[in-house]
Amino acid sequence: MRLRVLDSGYGAGTRALFRLIRLFSGHPVPDAAKITFYRSDFYGAHMKELTHEAMRGRSDWSVGDRELMAAYVSKVNESPFCVGAHSATAARAYRDGKKVEAALADLDGAPLDQGLRATLRMLGKLTAEGSVGADDMRAVLSAGVSREQIEDALAVCFAFNTTDRLANAFGFEVLTHEGFEAGAKYLLKRGYR
Amino acid sequence: MRTEDDKRLIHRRLVERIVGGPGQAPADERRRAFERGELSESLRPLLDKVATSSGQVTDVDFDRAIGAGLTEDQLFELVICAAVGESTRQYQAGLAALDQASGDAGAT
Repeated sequence: MRLRVLDSGYGAGTRALFRLIRLFSGHPVPDAAKITFYRSDFYGAHMKELTHEAMRGRSDWSVGDRELMAAYVSKVNESPFCVGAHSATAARAYRDGKKVEAALADLDGAPLDQGLRATLRMLGKLTAEGSVGADDMRAVLSAGVSREQIEDALAVCFAFNTTDRLANAFGFEVLTHEGFEAGAKYLLKRGYR
Repeated sequence: MRTEDDKRLIHRRLVERIVGGPGQAPADERRRAFERGELSESLRPLLDKVATSSGQVTDVDFDRAIGAGLTEDQLFELVICAAVGESTRQYQAGLAALDQASGDAGAT
């Protein structure tokens, strides 16, 4: 990563944990996970709690839907690490990789529920332009999405607007296909805590 | 059972911690990074990119800030403040638009 402290500035206990994870998973700890351990009282502890709640907490969106939102927002932010990680996780959650590929390639033509499509469109506009208006929200509500679901989607969007920026700025290493698959298995089993 | 209010509460705690809690970068500098306020020439290119075009951040942006005397720990904090600041503005813009659309002006 671009800051050396994010590669090597960890205490003995954390380094031992990283070695154990590598031993058991066969893959190094992804940079996205590593930075949550660096001075975790500053950022990582709160951000892990928020991301876990947004991605795995109670919601009328499925885990696959929320992972697809994360991948979609990351695509708009041009964050290759996060697109890879959350495309893999969404595909595994849905058990349908083609659906995820289609949504990221052509939102209007992809085989998605209208409510999810309208929500992704609104999140894409918010991420690209920095703002949305009441008409954008009315379009989502009229597609059958509840106010609570929109609030949940905005929390997902917040989490990945933040993580995408850190991934790009700090230079998270993009994993191999196998690395992203291993990460997806972990995120579906354990979440973001 | 967690509720939506929990996510906003955690978000508020995150912002309070990174901007106002203890840190190695001065709190007023962390706040300016969060708010996209006035920044030094050594920091502005990096933090502007974090907020608006993070995929264009380069080693040169970090080298410029390090060359001006900032430590890696200070940059860690300031980049996080810039990222969370921009994401927060978008989050709040979305929630405000939703309030307007649903006629719930009292919600925040």
